Amino acid sequence: MSTALNARPRRTAPRGFAFEPIFRALCFSAAITLLVTLGGVIVALAIGGWPAIAKFGINFVIGATWDPSPDHEVYGAAGPIIGTLITSAAALMMALPVAGGVAFFLVELCPTFLRRPIGTAVELLAGIPSIVYGMWGLFVFAPFFAKYVEAPLMTAAPAGSIWEAVFSGIPNGSGILAASIILAIMILPFMAATLRELLNTVPAAVRESAYGLGATTAEVVMSVTLPYVRRGAIGAVMLGLGRALGETMAVTFIIGNSHGFPKGLFDSGSTIASTIANEFNEASGLQSAALIALGLVLFVITFTVLALARLMLRTQAKG
Amino acid sequence: MALSPPHAAPDISVAQMDKSRVKLDVQNLDFYYGNSHSLKGVSIPFEANAVTALIGPSGCGKSTLLRTLNRMYALYPGHKATGKIMVDGEDILGPGVNLSMLRAKIGMVFQKPTPFPMSIFDNVAFGVRLYEALSKAEMADRVEESLRRAALWDEVKDKLLTSGLGLSGGQQQRLCVARCIAVKPEILLLDEPTSALDPISSAKLEETVTQLKSDYTIVIVTHNLGQAARLSKYTGFMYLGELVEFGETAEMFTKPVTTRASDYITGRFG
Repeated sequence: MSTALNARPRRTAPRGFAFEPIFRALCFSAAITLLVTLGGVIVALAIGGWPAIAKFGINFVIGATWDPSPDHEVYGAAGPIIGTLITSAAALMMALPVAGGVAFFLVELCPTFLRRPIGTAVELLAGIPSIVYGMWGLFVFAPFFAKYVEAPLMTAAPAGSIWEAVFSGIPNGSGILAASIILAIMILPFMAATLRELLNTVPAAVRESAYGLGATTAEVVMSVTLPYVRRGAIGAVMLGLGRALGETMAVTFIIGNSHGFPKGLFDSGSTIASTIANEFNEASGLQSAALIALGLVLFVITFTVLALARLMLRTQAKG
Repeated sequence: MALSPPHAAPDISVAQMDKSRVKLDVQNLDFYYGNSHSLKGVSIPFEANAVTALIGPSGCGKSTLLRTLNRMYALYPGHKATGKIMVDGEDILGPGVNLSMLRAKIGMVFQKPTPFPMSIFDNVAFGVRLYEALSKAEMADRVEESLRRAALWDEVKDKLLTSGLGLSGGQQQRLCVARCIAVKPEILLLDEPTSALDPISSAKLEETVTQLKSDYTIVIVTHNLGQAARLSKYTGFMYLGELVEFGETAEMFTKPVTTRASDYITGRFG
């Protein structure tokens, strides 16, 4: 009996052995594909946009005239660029506090029976296609916004004051601020859901330590749990910002689509994405080069945002 | 409260404990996690300025008991305690208790170190800032005093502004002790404070506790019987949610009354 138990098993090489190099090669090529795609996109944008960039130079990004009529063909993208930056920044400013509130409520305060419904609602909202937000914005939100927000504010602004300039525009419900609000609503669920996930990763004992010192919920969240997930939280915000920068359909619906500089919050404007979406269909020659160059600008802006986020994280990690 | 439920612990009287020296008095405490009944009629007095150890096998309810003493359980829906916990004559389970003020009086240190993501100085100052508006100099004094009492000052005095997360595990745990005592509590709850530490760090932490015990009412949950014997004046032995035996540590470790306690202490189960 004991000899049978002690007999050495006849081992062959592990069966996974043969597959290992293939597995490694597959993973490697997946990673390389990504890198090649990124490079390809940059090169294609640069080549496609080159005629416009070469013709207008720096005026392509600082010029405020965008005139595609065949007699003129002047492309200065400052309007769409500013529109993109303003709508995204405003959306972020509006969405972030609310997203924080939703996440803090779900993690720290929510009674158990409400946790699931609200959590699910947040995820469902994040999944609504942007065109639905756009239609809702144009058909439902814009008339409401024009009647109850834009018109009263414009009437209330004292003539000659700074408010008159801020609230200038046409009170038809579409414009820079309306687009910002729609964008805020769109990026809110994503940021709230991500923040909630992050806050849930804080070890219970760390939260309890803060509560154990007598801290209130607000103090625990602001001083302990939020700083604890700072790195991820900044990432979540940046992803939200990235989505706002590139969002096309919803913005195209409600921003008003006029080129040139927006003069006030209610003025119509355009973003890079909405300009491309509006014009690519009929563009040829220099105009399509200009649109591709516009794409390159958007790419650079998004890249810069991500790089800034990295830089911010690095300086904070040192401190 | 005169009637004890059938499962109440045997009448455990500590003749030596003068009623006036009881800082924290648990009377007939029941605790429920949802439907599970995890503390059953526990009554135990904690003497002022002395260390009381709670021992017993895992899951016996000693950590649960500790977490009722500062009402930490109240963070979680479905956790419920009934009975009385008298602190300085006030029932902290009663309505209208301000949890922040209660927790300023009762500090807690956890099994694993829980430094906050901020500098060493700010970690210690965190709790103080919640309650007191100290000048810069006063705060610096308070932080130094707390770190000294936690036997950590000499190791961190040159890097107070670096992150508390950069310390070793043992240092982090003493930082948590310093953070606790900076608020100047009267009671310290230690939940297996050395279970995640190496032997040398454990010894240092025990030293810290020894130095603190003349000024604080300390309750320590531990799996380390040697630690209980070294540190505590009183010991409570718990089993399956009940307090089986309670008495002076020296007595219990030499001549336990119940067979359960005797078996546990001699290592026959647990």
